[in-house]
Amino acid sequence: MPQFGSFALIFALVLSAYCFFAGMLALRRQAVGIPNYPLAETARRAGIATWAAVAGAAFALVWSAINNDFSVAYILHHTNRDLPTPYKFAALWSGQEGSLLFWALLLSTYGLVLRLRYKVDVKLTAYASTILAAVQLFFLLLLNFAATPFSLVRGNIPADGNGLNPLLQYPEMVIHPPMLYLGYVGFAVPFAFALGALIMKYPGEKWIHITRRWTMVTWCFLTCGIFLGAHWAYSVLGWGGYWGWDPVENASFFPWLTGTAFLHSVMMQEKRGMLKTWNVWLIFSTFMLSILGTFLTRSGVVSSVHAFAQSSIGEWFMWFLAVILAVCLYFYIRNRDHLRSEHRLESLLSRESSFLFQNLVLLASCFAILWGTLFPVLSEWIQGHKVTVGPPFFNRVNVPIAMFLLLLTGVGPLLAWRSTSWASLKRNFTIPVIAGVATAIILMGFGVRPWEDAAHFYSLMAISLAALVTATIVSEFVRGGRVIARHTGQNLLAAMVTLTRRNTRRYGGYIVHFGVVVIVIGLAGAAFNQQKEQELGFHEQMQIGPYTLVCDNYTQEDNPNYTIEYAILNVYKNGKPIGQMFPAKKFFKASQQPDTIVANHSTPIEDLYVIYAGKNFDSDKPIIKVFINPLVMWIWAGVWVLIFGTVVAMVPPISAAAVPSAQRVRPATAALPVNSQPVEAGD
Amino acid sequence: MKLFRRLSTSILTVVFSVSLLGASGDHARFADLGHRMMCVCGCNQILLECNHVGCTYSDRMRQQLMAATQRESSDDNILQAFVKEYGTTVLAAPTMRGFDKIAWIMPFAVFLGGSLTAVMVIRNWKHRQPALPTLHGTGQALDQYREQARRETSL
Repeated sequence: MPQFGSFALIFALVLSAYCFFAGMLALRRQAVGIPNYPLAETARRAGIATWAAVAGAAFALVWSAINNDFSVAYILHHTNRDLPTPYKFAALWSGQEGSLLFWALLLSTYGLVLRLRYKVDVKLTAYASTILAAVQLFFLLLLNFAATPFSLVRGNIPADGNGLNPLLQYPEMVIHPPMLYLGYVGFAVPFAFALGALIMKYPGEKWIHITRRWTMVTWCFLTCGIFLGAHWAYSVLGWGGYWGWDPVENASFFPWLTGTAFLHSVMMQEKRGMLKTWNVWLIFSTFMLSILGTFLTRSGVVSSVHAFAQSSIGEWFMWFLAVILAVCLYFYIRNRDHLRSEHRLESLLSRESSFLFQNLVLLASCFAILWGTLFPVLSEWIQGHKVTVGPPFFNRVNVPIAMFLLLLTGVGPLLAWRSTSWASLKRNFTIPVIAGVATAIILMGFGVRPWEDAAHFYSLMAISLAALVTATIVSEFVRGGRVIARHTGQNLLAAMVTLTRRNTRRYGGYIVHFGVVVIVIGLAGAAFNQQKEQELGFHEQMQIGPYTLVCDNYTQEDNPNYTIEYAILNVYKNGKPIGQMFPAKKFFKASQQPDTIVANHSTPIEDLYVIYAGKNFDSDKPIIKVFINPLVMWIWAGVWVLIFGTVVAMVPPISAAAVPSAQRVRPATAALPVNSQPVEAGD
Repeated sequence: MKLFRRLSTSILTVVFSVSLLGASGDHARFADLGHRMMCVCGCNQILLECNHVGCTYSDRMRQQLMAATQRESSDDNILQAFVKEYGTTVLAAPTMRGFDKIAWIMPFAVFLGGSLTAVMVIRNWKHRQPALPTLHGTGQALDQYREQARRETSL
């Protein structure tokens, strides 16, 4: 099987090289007026075949893992015989080489979909396909020459493997990396379309219509990936938190921030023909930041607790990044006249300005995180010694920026396009501002003292702003719903559903904003975290907040994969029993590494988060660490709301679906080049 | 507009001054200092959050910190003593001195610079708005403007 995998990778490299060079040649010939359609078609088909070859290689690696083929070095280092099958499957993305193969597989899958749907716009898709082939070529070169997943073990083949990192042996780890990679890789598609449209000076905003859903799906995957990672950290790492500002976490945040900015600013281009250069560079930056993040975390330039650091492939990514930047700059300078805005901003108090400032805030946050991640390197270079840039820096810099962003989330939807009058501003903002101020007063009544502690101040600000934003969202739904109700005779709730179905993008967007609000409320709870650590012998008890934990027993078990020590704790809240908890510590035999199994009693008010921190060998008592983390469940609930909102925003609106397709052709299609097909609304 | 300016200035002032607030009190001091330092075992975790099994550093460092908070008069002296023993990487964030200060200034400088540039650009554009085109009452021209209005207001 390893031979088959290696061959499949070489074959994929040849096919993607053909797809790239033949595609480029076909486009060149078309540009000079001597089109060669068969050549273009073979390039497209080679791109499709690349997927089959890469999928074959990925299959070979998974097959080797499932069949314990320890002659393959990667399988030897990342699996063992007693590893459960789902984790053997997850071995595909558990190490450097496998994850790069997985990246290539996802990229070729996106390419497959794009090439199969080429009739959406034949010429633009041909450009995008060729650009994607170039990206694919890079990853296949890497897989064939720098990080080969099918390297064979020299000498005697061990009877068993080293096992999978215990931290990765958790159900969420089976889906967290794929989600994250789907997000990273997915941004290659809008990038390819944007660059293609710039190269061919594509008229109109059609590339945006085509890539809108790609971008939203990708953004949603990346969001899910980030929060699955946070949930995994919370459930597995056992330090009581969900976000540690580690460089790998930061790297996933860079493209998310610029991608979010792109999703907003692109509306200005669609609606008013503005910010064309800005949007093109936003999507270029988003893709480049995906690559930069990979470079940072795999080159060892910055230290990370994640496993990929310190490898030789960083240099490859650096050069790739340099080439992408050079290509983007070259075509931008050559074709920048094509990106002239059709309109200009007319007022500071307008929807356009709020989008612009929101974009600035997102980019400022992205810069702050990138700056903090790179500052240790800069400091070492200039001062000769490294400094640590940890959570205190990121929290202090990003929290005020996030507050401003939240405020804009509330303000933006209430501003009119072009210009807003002070009278309308006053009318629209009265209720949301009252909601925000009332929330602040109520919180202070419940004992929040913003003048005593910065964390309390920010928490109060966040929840008050969340109330303000919620009020603006509700008022938007109610206002629109009332109009529909008046015209159709529906009740208000049904009218709001109709309203959402008529403009799924706008109201889906509001639901996404509401999801963000719920997440922010969850994050704000961190200001009130409590923690306590204590040795807990038989029938001894510890008290934290309203909870009493009594140690009923502590014991040890053994199975072929690991040994486990755990405590059995009876838990009481205000004297009433609420159940038993079993915090544990596993010790994996193959990898000789320990792992924490957190016991968590989660409610909408707070999490009682209990860790078995180890055993004091002098007293033979387990050490129990307990946290009370308020409102954490809101974070995970907010993510579900956010996903729901994204799905709603992607559904075609009913008004558009009711119109015959012939009437949905946009006027801009009249200017489309030969061979291109009109795109349907919502695509 | 004046009201808007005053309001935004007040909000910004409060936000920035509160961001400089710190925790106070004896118990809070240990927690505060413990969260301003990293465990140096290589786990990349805040000192008081290190849960690295068998960590040979965090317990010792916590005990040192506890002793120091009872002994030393200023937080600065305690932090400096740790820097002397464990190196500059023991601090969880750059200091507010020398080159490290740039780490703190840059993000806000970029944000403020970007915002000011955007405000200036918008004002500049606003003052150079072209005169509104005269509408000729032909059906085709009106349809064109209706289509533009529909497109620009549908979101």
